[in-house]
Amino acid sequence: MPDAASAAARPSDLGLLWRQLRAQNKLFLRNPFSAFFSLAFPVMFLLLFGSLNGGGRIEELGNIRYIQFLAPGMLAFAVISTCYTGLVTGVAINRDEGLLKRVRGTPLPPWAYISARIGSAVWFSMVSAVVMVVAAVLLFRVEVIGRMLPAAVVTLLLGAACFCALGMAVAAVIPNGEAAPVIANFTFFPIAFVSDLFFPTAGAPAWVGTVGSIFPVKHFSVALGNTFNPLVQGSGFQWGHLAVMALWTVIGVVAAVRFFRWEPKVDAPGGGRRRTRRAGRAAEPDPTG
Amino acid sequence: MAAIRVTGLRKAYGELEAVRGIDFEVAEGECFALLGPNGAGKTTTVEILEGYRDRDAGEVEVLGLDPARGGRALRERVGIVLQSSGHFRELSVREVLELFGGYYPRPRATGEVIDLVGLGDKAGARIKTLSGGQQRRLDLALGLVGDPDLLFLDEPTTGFDPSARRRSWELIESLRALGKTILLTTHYMDEAQNLADRVAILAAGRVVAAGTPDSLGGRDEGETLIAFRLPAGAALDDLPPGLPGRPEPREDRVELRTTEPTRALRVLTGWALARGEELDALTVTRPSLEDVYLRLTNAPEPAHA
Repeated sequence: MPDAASAAARPSDLGLLWRQLRAQNKLFLRNPFSAFFSLAFPVMFLLLFGSLNGGGRIEELGNIRYIQFLAPGMLAFAVISTCYTGLVTGVAINRDEGLLKRVRGTPLPPWAYISARIGSAVWFSMVSAVVMVVAAVLLFRVEVIGRMLPAAVVTLLLGAACFCALGMAVAAVIPNGEAAPVIANFTFFPIAFVSDLFFPTAGAPAWVGTVGSIFPVKHFSVALGNTFNPLVQGSGFQWGHLAVMALWTVIGVVAAVRFFRWEPKVDAPGGGRRRTRRAGRAAEPDPTG
Repeated sequence: MAAIRVTGLRKAYGELEAVRGIDFEVAEGECFALLGPNGAGKTTTVEILEGYRDRDAGEVEVLGLDPARGGRALRERVGIVLQSSGHFRELSVREVLELFGGYYPRPRATGEVIDLVGLGDKAGARIKTLSGGQQRRLDLALGLVGDPDLLFLDEPTTGFDPSARRRSWELIESLRALGKTILLTTHYMDEAQNLADRVAILAAGRVVAAGTPDSLGGRDEGETLIAFRLPAGAALDDLPPGLPGRPEPREDRVELRTTEPTRALRVLTGWALARGEELDALTVTRPSLEDVYLRLTNAPEPAHA
């Protein structure tokens, strides 16, 4: 039977994944907006905040230099920009364009496509993390602490995984690509300011700490910040924070798998005759034509 | 063996019944057209066959597999050209065809596919720089790169100018010559007439007629229309009594619908010659596919609440 024959000649899973990953990377690099947003934008923030408050120190964190606090915060910001914001907007826009539907009509397994997109986001988040660290060390003499480097790398990778999962989940549930950048930023920036990303919240009212602790951003920035804090002893693994991040990763994966759509939501032409229907599945296509 | 077999297919979106019991079969190597106005259920039907939609009821078989469960094995053997779908805009034509070719067990050579759709001089160009028509040809190339046994073409020439349509038709003809089975949807009569071996006309979710384009809706045995202008001074009542069918005035002409055009013409022309007069503006026409289509699809659509 042709099935058996085609199964034998099938491209290997690993080969498919690798080629798709390379294609996604190419797409990323050739799109000036994504490259700028992911690589240059967080470094700009580092320069801006670092220059404005270059000599400052943070009393609540044992009087360490502000830049030593800011650099890991901007690392986390770079990872979140690439993984979360990048995937939410990219996936939602590609779905609106019908690109996801096109891919779904080929034999490329869905997991391979999704994994390649996530892999590409993780790859570029690590590239931007390296750029950030180099910039921080060269421009602001930020100290990289060798004994805590493994903890920093693990925290970065878990953060990337966590925000990719959440990005996919949010991309799955938002209505359309036009709303995507707004929703991505609106779900991130307010939280960022209570999450020790730009400024420490140790001296802020208690509710700021409480709100920040619910979401994964603060756990990520604090876990990463500690690996850059010379006063922290030992290997720097922040198991409590890492556990919360892992929990959010699981929530993201479950939501993404449950709600992911390959096609946009479309209203029937001629206006509203399907508006009354809400009971059906989340993604119903244009029934006409 | 039939490439596609559809029996009693039904699909509703909430209250709206898009497909209400459709049956048809497409033989291997055949080009089959689903013809119908917007909203007739063409795309819903095709997307069920492509595996994008679940069906509510009915039996569907595509290349011997159930498209709802066929998954990868089925997708390796079909090519899908959607009405509109996004592109990897930052890749070049060659890059995207190599990428997609890599998804299939036995892809066609990239260069060959590029030549087939006439994008040879655009092979290295980024997709975002292509014109709309060129992107549409790339759509077709992406549908072909896996060397499919069956090709779905959903309104392949909608929005094309006449010469681009003509070129696409030639391309689709050449695919048939390769032995591919093609399921085509269109709302252009001439497209169905030119490309399809058989046509099914859909209206309001049902097949209202099916057959070869020439026989559809009784075209080959239906009434022939004879029209002419009455000679000066002659009235309708002056026409000879032996005419098969009843002549009816229509604007400045007289129309006669008949199943016996040969006899009608003989009687008519004999009458005119006997009077020594000319029958001005005499025409003899068989109903066009368009007439059949309009007659069949103009039946009032059941109201969607």
